[in-house]
Amino acid sequence: MSEQQLNDPLVIAGKSYQSRLLVGTGKYKDLQETGEAIAASGAEIVTVAVRRTNIGQNPDEPNLLDVISPDKYTILPNTAGCYTAQDAVRTCRLARELLDGHDLVKLEVLGDQKTLYPNIVETLSAAETLIKDGFKVMVYTNDDPIVAKQLEEMGCVAVMPLGSLIGSGLGILNPHNIRLIMEEAQVPIIVDAGVGTASDAAVAMEMGCAGVLMNTAIAAANKPVLMASAMRKAIEAGREAFLAGRMPRKAYASASSPLAGVIG
Amino acid sequence: MQIQVNGEPFDAGKCTTLAELVNRLGLAGKRIAIELNMEIVPRSEHDKTELKAGDRVEVVHAIGGG
Repeated sequence: MSEQQLNDPLVIAGKSYQSRLLVGTGKYKDLQETGEAIAASGAEIVTVAVRRTNIGQNPDEPNLLDVISPDKYTILPNTAGCYTAQDAVRTCRLARELLDGHDLVKLEVLGDQKTLYPNIVETLSAAETLIKDGFKVMVYTNDDPIVAKQLEEMGCVAVMPLGSLIGSGLGILNPHNIRLIMEEAQVPIIVDAGVGTASDAAVAMEMGCAGVLMNTAIAAANKPVLMASAMRKAIEAGREAFLAGRMPRKAYASASSPLAGVIG
Repeated sequence: MQIQVNGEPFDAGKCTTLAELVNRLGLAGKRIAIELNMEIVPRSEHDKTELKAGDRVEVVHAIGGG
């Protein structure tokens, strides 16, 4: 690892992370695969969902937090599945109790089941309540630069616009908007949702995003653990390319070898 | 005593406190969080929190998600 990388942490709510890849824990075959994929991804921030316990069914079934230990990872409980601000706030409060007062949350308030597109009105309302209640809010939002700025000004610790729909794997469909969001941002901008493969993650990082949050791209790959490793490299490569600064695009060729001294 | 747990009717038997209910559910010592009638009840207060008929209890845990 280069010196530059070592001195290039992702800082969220005052805490430094070496990895700029954030990963979810959904859709894996089993908890073993979850644990192996998360380890291979190198991620330090790991999202989980909060759900009703199945009463009377397999009380001895292993718990996700036994595999993804809060001692080792920063657990980021999400509000996935919430369609109102009220449900999202309740879920965050339950998560805080579940995680012994841990107050970093991923807020997502969804609009409909077909698109899982964020409901911005409810998202803004939930963010306001949560921030007043002392939560550190990382917020899933659309790629609207005005909304992103508003969420930042309210006090969200990271703004996470979608690259494309959750679980779609379509990549970053509107890089121009993501760029507009980044131009104005003082908090980390993390692309959340839409990444399909390693190059999508690299594109986000080359653009200057602070990080990428993904789940399905790894979990739904044929070999999730291998894809997790690919994503780790893509995030690192993209970040290094961003820091290095790419060459300008040119319309015509520019020889790499000297023109002088050619034989003949 | 009839209460509601996670949206379903539940016979709490002779349980008088939340801690006893957690035990009856086989969840003692598990990583869970509990809401009683829409209010979080901190783990430290489970044994002091009394149940009454008609209470609505939510018990949640962490599962895989993005």
